[in-house]
Amino acid sequence: MTIIETEDLSREFIVRRKTGRFSRTKQVVAAVDRISCTVSEGESVGYIGANGAGKSTTIKMITGILVPSSGRVTTCGLHPVEQRKALARQIGVVFGQRTQLWWDLPLRESFTILGAIHRLGRQAASDRIDQLIAELDLEGFLDTPVRQLSLGQRMRGEVAAALVHRPRLLILDEPTIGLDMISKERLRQFLLTERAERGTTLLLTTHDMGDIERLCERVLVVDRGRIVHDGPLAELRRTVALDRTVVIDYADPQPPHDIADTERVGYEVDGLRQSYRFHPERTTAAKVLAEASRLGEVRDLTLREPAIEDIVRTLYGRAR
Amino acid sequence: MLARIRSQLVYRTSFALNAVGSFLTGLLEFVEIYVLLAASPIYGGMTLPEATMVFALASISFGLADMVFGQMDSLPSFIKQGQLESYLTKPLPLVPQMITSTVQLRRLARVLFGVIALVVSLQFLDLGWSWAHAGIIAGAVLFGTAIFSSMFVLAGGCQFWLLNGTEFTNAFVYGGKYIAQVPGTVLLTPIRVFFTFVIPATVTAYLPTLILLDKPGPPLLPQVLAWAAPIFAVWSWVLALVVWRAGVRKYTGAGG
Repeated sequence: MTIIETEDLSREFIVRRKTGRFSRTKQVVAAVDRISCTVSEGESVGYIGANGAGKSTTIKMITGILVPSSGRVTTCGLHPVEQRKALARQIGVVFGQRTQLWWDLPLRESFTILGAIHRLGRQAASDRIDQLIAELDLEGFLDTPVRQLSLGQRMRGEVAAALVHRPRLLILDEPTIGLDMISKERLRQFLLTERAERGTTLLLTTHDMGDIERLCERVLVVDRGRIVHDGPLAELRRTVALDRTVVIDYADPQPPHDIADTERVGYEVDGLRQSYRFHPERTTAAKVLAEASRLGEVRDLTLREPAIEDIVRTLYGRAR
Repeated sequence: MLARIRSQLVYRTSFALNAVGSFLTGLLEFVEIYVLLAASPIYGGMTLPEATMVFALASISFGLADMVFGQMDSLPSFIKQGQLESYLTKPLPLVPQMITSTVQLRRLARVLFGVIALVVSLQFLDLGWSWAHAGIIAGAVLFGTAIFSSMFVLAGGCQFWLLNGTEFTNAFVYGGKYIAQVPGTVLLTPIRVFFTFVIPATVTAYLPTLILLDKPGPPLLPQVLAWAAPIFAVWSWVLALVVWRAGVRKYTGAGG
């Protein structure tokens, strides 16, 4: 069953520029430019692109916040703007950069209110809320007002809030932005479980390749309002280098070392700093570090993940 | 709903200070009328107790409306904080979501000041108790609150076009409140007409007071118009909702 369907979906914004003392010119900017795609029930789709590529605009049109300039979008079989309230019962939305919880209220009360807003019925609501509290481990800060929560705690609260009414489609706009590694991993683990148990369709935008690799089966890459890549994650892996780079700083100058399953890509300051590129499926950062430590005393280490911008650039180069 | 109210009582000191502030604002506005009437015994054809009654009725209705609908005119901050977008993803209309986001209990202090002023003016006027008088006062508060509430919704609706246009909308929300608090006779005719037939501010307090005191009222604002209060209330809500809906459509059309 199709859950999101767009056909030549476009959205233009009019930007007025001052060109002289009194004159202004209008410029039409296409934020989303004829996007056609279909997402089936149960899929998990990563929607990636650089800042300003049109990700949020697309999501706003899918959820009924924005009216498309032209083209068509159907979400859960509904017209998002005209049937906004009916659609709201079937989707859950999390905007990573803004809160939809009540600032002065503890999470527990926010959940109760949401249960009432979605007319869940007392028993159904409290069962679901208890389940979310257990799965997202919210027990410890349920009675703290939202404004006093840490970002990681709040994000887990936001995700729970978006899932109180058991939506068919969960849309996450940069859910892991600003989170530390542990909080990110917790959130991803929960989303995987939720999907496995309930088959919730997932659409997420992110700047974090880790989110994509852990959560998404399919990846859509958007650049300047157009889709430049649409395919399974494995295909993206083949097309674009998803290699990571470990930069190791040794305590003393070292001769060039070679480490199994990696490629040495840097040798600086007489070997004080050496970099290795590896593919995450062949070896791990921990193994590289262990090997490097055997060869010399390691003072510091940094791990570079592939940037979405690099991936987009590679794909865009191909698309042209 | 109860939770929202409780959340305000968490900070007792801040709540108390805010409430005292609201009360003092009401007092200060009253002092203005008092000073005018202390200098000249008649203001707009009314004595001090009579003018106080107008002031009191307007204060009560405005206070009640402000308590419930007051945050409608802070729409720009709802937009900036992304609250509006999150409301758009909930299965409820926007206005109920906005008004329940905070109910400003402290504004009750202003209502309290109005009630005191009303009781005092009734003492001085010596109108005598009758069910008819009580009914007129109750009706004035009911329709007055409805009219002021619609002004807040209208102000919110206008701000979809005028981001940071609070200055403009304040002109008719707080201007309307000011006009409602003074005897209608003192207003210049065009202002009197605008704040009766477009934004029905004079209907909230001055007209019902005319009935209570059995006074005729100035040109274009006869006592008999007071009985049309329900029609004015409906009209002001129609105007407010039309502007509000157009505003929401403009927002979803143009984007934030």
